[in-house]
Amino acid sequence: MAAKVLVLLGTKKGAFIAESDAERRSWKLRGPFCETWPMNHVVADPKTGTIWGAGGNEWFGPAVWKSTDLGETWTHSSDGLAYAEGEEPIKAVWSLAKGNGSLFAGVQPAGLFRSDDGGQSWEHVKGLQKHPSRPHWNPGGAGLILHSLVIDPNDHDRIWIGISAAGVFYTGDGGKSWEPRNLGTRADFMPEGENYPEFGQCVHNLVMAPGMPDRLYQQNHCGMYRSDDGGKRWVSIEKGLPSTFGFPAATHPRDPETLYLVPLNGDSAGRYVPDAKAAVWRTRDAGREWQAMRSGLPQENAYIGVLRQAMATDRLEPAGVYFGTSSGALFASADEGESWVNVTQHLPSILSVETLVVD
Amino acid sequence: MLGDAPSRTGKHQAEAAPIVVRLPGVLVDLFPGAPRRVEMTASTVKEMVDQLDKSWPGMRDRICDSRPAIRKHMNVFVEGERATLKTKLRPGVEVFVLTAISGG
Repeated sequence: MAAKVLVLLGTKKGAFIAESDAERRSWKLRGPFCETWPMNHVVADPKTGTIWGAGGNEWFGPAVWKSTDLGETWTHSSDGLAYAEGEEPIKAVWSLAKGNGSLFAGVQPAGLFRSDDGGQSWEHVKGLQKHPSRPHWNPGGAGLILHSLVIDPNDHDRIWIGISAAGVFYTGDGGKSWEPRNLGTRADFMPEGENYPEFGQCVHNLVMAPGMPDRLYQQNHCGMYRSDDGGKRWVSIEKGLPSTFGFPAATHPRDPETLYLVPLNGDSAGRYVPDAKAAVWRTRDAGREWQAMRSGLPQENAYIGVLRQAMATDRLEPAGVYFGTSSGALFASADEGESWVNVTQHLPSILSVETLVVD
Repeated sequence: MLGDAPSRTGKHQAEAAPIVVRLPGVLVDLFPGAPRRVEMTASTVKEMVDQLDKSWPGMRDRICDSRPAIRKHMNVFVEGERATLKTKLRPGVEVFVLTAISGG
């Protein structure tokens, strides 16, 4: 039995931690941490319990924060987290992922960095910047950000990244060489007849199915997709969903067929949940059919949005599912999405949600 | 250098009066033990930042970006003027490092 569950929240004004026991019925909130810096992504190493926060501050620039005592104390570093002199400086760190003893960080403007000492110092993974498509990458609404970072747990040289709005890229050699993997995903914002480019898609979030490293799901600006071959070919799974637009995607901790999404009403319609009624949409068959999960979620006047990294699951049985809204509310389900409770509702805008189960 | 230690006196001071660096609270909060007022000998803003970084590793990255330049929303004032990294510092001068208006 797990001793406790931590829900790690990155917000526009600091990191927060919501904590509960394995029952996940009552929650205690701690924070703000990281000197109230904007924290785009807060993650934890499930083996050691170390927590890292990816941030960027308008005054002080980018840094990765670190806590080895479950959030009680924090340090920060940006040693090496820089492009070459003369190049556009890094504004913020947007995503973190651990693989093969290394910690990877995705930054804005889009690039990838690696730390081999637990986040104390960083080295630029230069191969991505050398891709011939680089001069043609265009920023999405939040800037040219590398927001999704997925590592094959069985082969840490295999990494997929998502950049808004350059699309999905893949490396099989630890970052030396990269190739776009966007075949089958639309770019509705391109001229007619040019809607399926090699790169330039606006991927919003990219996740990997548990136990199936070649199965990827992505929520895109223009549709929801699944790939069963490591992103070489994507198929639409948006049929049955209320819209083609949304930001986050979260996989089940054990079932590769189960995926959670929060579709929004469209890119130019306010980006709220459809009809102002909150729902998490769940598939149990890899996107063939979808079910709206609404029990406990606001069904009236809910003009809420959920950002790209603001949904996660935990590894308990049954799995917990969590999402945070851009208006600062955190919702939790302790039964795989069947029912929900509002954990807290007056936080700063929630940018990311991740979990840590401590035994 | 450092902290709120008494000013150096005598012959050494006559040779090169130390500059006084005033740091914003929100910056020193990021570096436990760093004081708001620092005395040092430096002839340019760049040298000053280098010395701050030597005493509190990482402080350079908070004040400067990788261009390298003073960050867009940080200000360094020397004798009433906004400075750059190349700005020269006269002995005894007071340098103010400030956070600009930013955020929402």
